[in-house]
Amino acid sequence: MRAPAPAWAASLNEATIEAARGAIGAALTDAVEVAGEVQLHVTRDGLVAAMTALRDTPGLEYQQLMEIAGVDYPDRAERFEVVYCLLSLTRNHRLHVHVPATEDAAVPSVTGLWPVAGWLEREVYDMFGVLFAGNRDLRRILTDYGFRGHPFRKDFPLTGYTELRYSEEQKRVVYEPVKLAQDFRTFDFMSPWEGAEYVLPGDEKAKLPEAKGAPSPVTATEVQKADAAQAAKAAPEAPSQPYAKKDAQSTAQTGAGRSESEGAPKPADPDVVPTKGQGQNQ
Amino acid sequence: MSETLTQNEHAIDPALAKIAHVTDADHPEAGDVAIQNYTINFGPQHPAAHGVLRLVMELDGEIVERIDPHVGLLHRGTEKLIEYKTYAQAIPYFDRLDYCSPLCMEHSFVLAIEKLLDLEVPVRAQYLRVFFAELTRICNHMLNLGSHVMDVGAMTPNLWLFEIREDCMGFLERASGARMHHNYLRPGGVHQDVPLKLLTDIGDWLDTRLPRLFEDAISLVADNRIFKQRNVDIATVSREDAIAWGFSGPMIRAAGVPWDLRKSQPYDVYAKMDFEVPVGTRGDCYDRFMVRVEEVRQSARIMRQCLNEMPEGPIASLDRKVVPPKRAEMKSSMEALIHHFKLYTEGYHVPAGEVYVATESPKGEFGVYLVSDGSNKPYRCKIRPTAFSHLQAMDFMSRGHMLADTTAILGAMDIVFGECDR
Repeated sequence: MRAPAPAWAASLNEATIEAARGAIGAALTDAVEVAGEVQLHVTRDGLVAAMTALRDTPGLEYQQLMEIAGVDYPDRAERFEVVYCLLSLTRNHRLHVHVPATEDAAVPSVTGLWPVAGWLEREVYDMFGVLFAGNRDLRRILTDYGFRGHPFRKDFPLTGYTELRYSEEQKRVVYEPVKLAQDFRTFDFMSPWEGAEYVLPGDEKAKLPEAKGAPSPVTATEVQKADAAQAAKAAPEAPSQPYAKKDAQSTAQTGAGRSESEGAPKPADPDVVPTKGQGQNQ
Repeated sequence: MSETLTQNEHAIDPALAKIAHVTDADHPEAGDVAIQNYTINFGPQHPAAHGVLRLVMELDGEIVERIDPHVGLLHRGTEKLIEYKTYAQAIPYFDRLDYCSPLCMEHSFVLAIEKLLDLEVPVRAQYLRVFFAELTRICNHMLNLGSHVMDVGAMTPNLWLFEIREDCMGFLERASGARMHHNYLRPGGVHQDVPLKLLTDIGDWLDTRLPRLFEDAISLVADNRIFKQRNVDIATVSREDAIAWGFSGPMIRAAGVPWDLRKSQPYDVYAKMDFEVPVGTRGDCYDRFMVRVEEVRQSARIMRQCLNEMPEGPIASLDRKVVPPKRAEMKSSMEALIHHFKLYTEGYHVPAGEVYVATESPKGEFGVYLVSDGSNKPYRCKIRPTAFSHLQAMDFMSRGHMLADTTAILGAMDIVFGECDR
């Protein structure tokens, strides 16, 4: 490894995977080394036994549970993954244990092994809605009192659903649905040729390469006919009056000061696509 | 009447039983001594809460029976925001986590990105990172030691320590351009080189002003009778508890476990540094304080070594697919201009993978669990704050202590809510 990342005993990775296979047994569905770190994939039912084995087996000795991270993969059948980051103080080694989870299937709590898991599990529950069976204090922790939803899910919008402000009339803080002065804009600068997932205007033309000598989509006569049809429907020319009547007696005659809306309705601009009142961008 | 009461006494809540006992006509004298527990609300706006902490405390007289900390009042959804930003855009969010030690927050994140990229970092950049991370550590400890002392009643040391903190912030401003939110570290190195005058100024400061001010301030409290009465044997934590509750940093060292990530899992050039890890013997608030005091001296020692050994050379990786070129180069090189444009719009792509990278921040183990799907934005960036596990232990640490001790316990934990709530 060339990067100056923390140098724990990564040389033990191979031996750790072997030892974990022996200690955990059938509950271990997969054990891989990715980016120099050991990942153990464990079934939900076997989690507590596996964690106990990881903590208490001589040669594994992961005394500390440093972190429980939730990750949301909406495409998977079991969309959540709960990741336990363990640290061995004696062997100076780290690994993560991955457990799949869904909204309905509760993950067994490890609060019996590490009391620190209490809040860490509460956080995963709060942010992702993963339930932990056996955690006796599974309240929300980071979000507001009375919050609804699980904000770190991928389908939860970044802006959220409610906003709060101090209301001068009611003399208290009030909650309201989020009102955005400008649409939320997210710019994806991925190069189109490197797997961007949207269609740029004009890209659809590039889809079907035309055969050599293929006829052009429109013939010259069709173009001429279209022009003629356009000319018939063309708007009448603007009156060629000078800006102010030279012989006017009052401003009422020149039209000065009159608002534009009093005149004829403005021609619709074909470039402006009317939205459904959803804002102007995109 | 009394028959049914005694039968039910064990079935109902002990607190209710006490009340029932008071009103019991058979024991009129009992009512004179029985005290009912009461619940008070500490914070969220309290000077000793070190931010927006709300503690719901159940007290028996002045003895704490139970504490339920309510956190999350400063939750800003940093981790969610980072998922919508490129890697370079996400770095400033880390400054705003623990705003008392911003550089150490960035440190974990850039190391995590570098680990996924497998990116080499020039030696001078590594020295600069370690150098300023230690300056940040001093800066952080000045705030914590000062406010801890003030929480238990002393005023003067805090004012003196804040002078040092002000010096630190001045130096960090000269290096990065900002007093607090530095945004100085980059994957591949640091943002810009420092002038020689800054390094010599810090060298002078380390030799003269820092020891004078610091030792003066600490001499007022370290052997002070009142300070010891307020801290010794308060909230003792055994080794086993410290490990089980996920303690790290000064909290686990005060409990007697010589565990310092700079020593045991060295990153950047910490492996070359010669410093000692202070360890407590009793695991009480006084030990936590003194561990931090000694850490300040060791940090100054590391900084002097950095000044002595720091080589000349590039301050960031020369891999133009990650580190943007300098402006002067862009004026003459088309290649540099293209790289600059691409890095500041699209950003760089990080190979898919999952890493957990933790560094020794002044408060303990600050980790970043980074999941990359190979795109230019993190798929998930879980931040492991130190304060979360420490604050969770608040309940068992304060149990049986006086109400006034909770401020000492909280002060010795060194909690900042930007980091705890994220």
